[in-house]
Amino acid sequence: MIRLRRLILPRFAAPAAATVLLLAVCTVSAAWAAGAGGDVGILVSTLNWFADPANWQGRTGIPVRTVEHVYYVLVSMGIAMLIALPLGIGLGHLGRGGLLAINVSNIGRAVPEFGVVILVFLLVGYGDTPILVALVALGVPPIVTNSYVGMRSIDPDIRQAARGVGMTGWQSLWQIELPIALPVIMAGIRTSAVQVMSTATLAAYVGLGGLGRYLIDGLATRELTQVVGGAIVVALLAIAIEAILAVIQKQVVSEGIRG
Amino acid sequence: MNLVRWSWIGSNTDLLLDKTLEHIHLTGLAMLIGFLIAFPLALAAIHWPRLYGPSLAATGVAFTIPSLALFILLIPFTGLSVATSLIGLTIYTLLILFRNIVAGFNGVPWDISEAARAMGYTRARQLFMVELPVALPVIMAGVRIAAVTTIGLVTVTALIGQGGLGQLFITGFTLQRTTPLIVGFVLSVALAVVVDLALVGLLWLLTPWRRGRE
Repeated sequence: MIRLRRLILPRFAAPAAATVLLLAVCTVSAAWAAGAGGDVGILVSTLNWFADPANWQGRTGIPVRTVEHVYYVLVSMGIAMLIALPLGIGLGHLGRGGLLAINVSNIGRAVPEFGVVILVFLLVGYGDTPILVALVALGVPPIVTNSYVGMRSIDPDIRQAARGVGMTGWQSLWQIELPIALPVIMAGIRTSAVQVMSTATLAAYVGLGGLGRYLIDGLATRELTQVVGGAIVVALLAIAIEAILAVIQKQVVSEGIRG
Repeated sequence: MNLVRWSWIGSNTDLLLDKTLEHIHLTGLAMLIGFLIAFPLALAAIHWPRLYGPSLAATGVAFTIPSLALFILLIPFTGLSVATSLIGLTIYTLLILFRNIVAGFNGVPWDISEAARAMGYTRARQLFMVELPVALPVIMAGVRIAAVTTIGLVTVTALIGQGGLGQLFITGFTLQRTTPLIVGFVLSVALAVVVDLALVGLLWLLTPWRRGRE
């Protein structure tokens, strides 16, 4: 038990510090706005919004919206990894298609997801498909590129040594290459997850759920409190996901190759 | 189903040109301000290595916050204005630019800096005349990523009343027509590709000694 605590606590220190920093920035800037003649009540009313039990219950409550949001992220990240990991790792292992694997993330960055969501919505109509298509398209490129780069950056001597001790291509891939490439692959998954998490807010624009609802609805009805409250929840969830993935990465990466 | 009605494009060329210019304007300003902040910050982090960790963490946290949430968090201060989208976009360029500028300067071979110092260069001349050109390829890699990312992000600011070509997405959604959407999409991606190629060309012009090496 003591050992477990010692393992986990330091790993939460950085994300926790980041969260505190974020809250401090929000508080200070809100106070500054109040002082500078901005909307005086925004800090108080946002706190009240969080304190109101009505915002924690029912279909439009924070827990339900968070679950919806996480659902979009999990499903689309799952599909994105199913597509991207075999592709990137396979190309990297075989040493082929490098141009494609590297450039796919450059092209991917240029794609405006907001446009994808609306376009797919107009084509297939209401449902989860528009947001999932956009999020998968967003999630795939960084994972493909990082898996490819991770696999290619393995010292060829190591690969040869694996062959030398009689390993087959598959054994070398599973037992030698993947564990070595894992930190770079995980970095790609983390980049993807944070972007997918951010972009999932756009689901609300085409009538779906998720935490984006507070932002979009609040903007439409000019209820700034709801907007700011929702934005804080989204930001905290993004930081939490990044922190969880950082912990997972530390757990799955072999101790021998940690920096 | 007709995905693109060409007549719409023909009768809206002024609008398309206008939105494209707005898009370029927002991207250019955000990149310029981002660079003006990231460059001194990176120099400071190189000079005082202790600053590097906290600066990276701060820009990293800002990068983690979803863009829409960030834009909206700024509304109480700057309203539905150009400033809101500019501040948001600039913050997103910071992490990418900062990381690459630091990596660029740190990647300058030690003996090159040493040679410059031995030749009697002052610290400032050494930095700008010797180290900056050597670091340029890595810095430019960051500028390319930041520029392409920003061009994509600008479309999201359509939700707070800005957005350049992103406005066409909203038009398409409101009218339930795919034409403005696809046109805005294609123009936005094309703009990213053109800007990316232009930056590659700029690097080629600025670093004549690297030509023919690759």
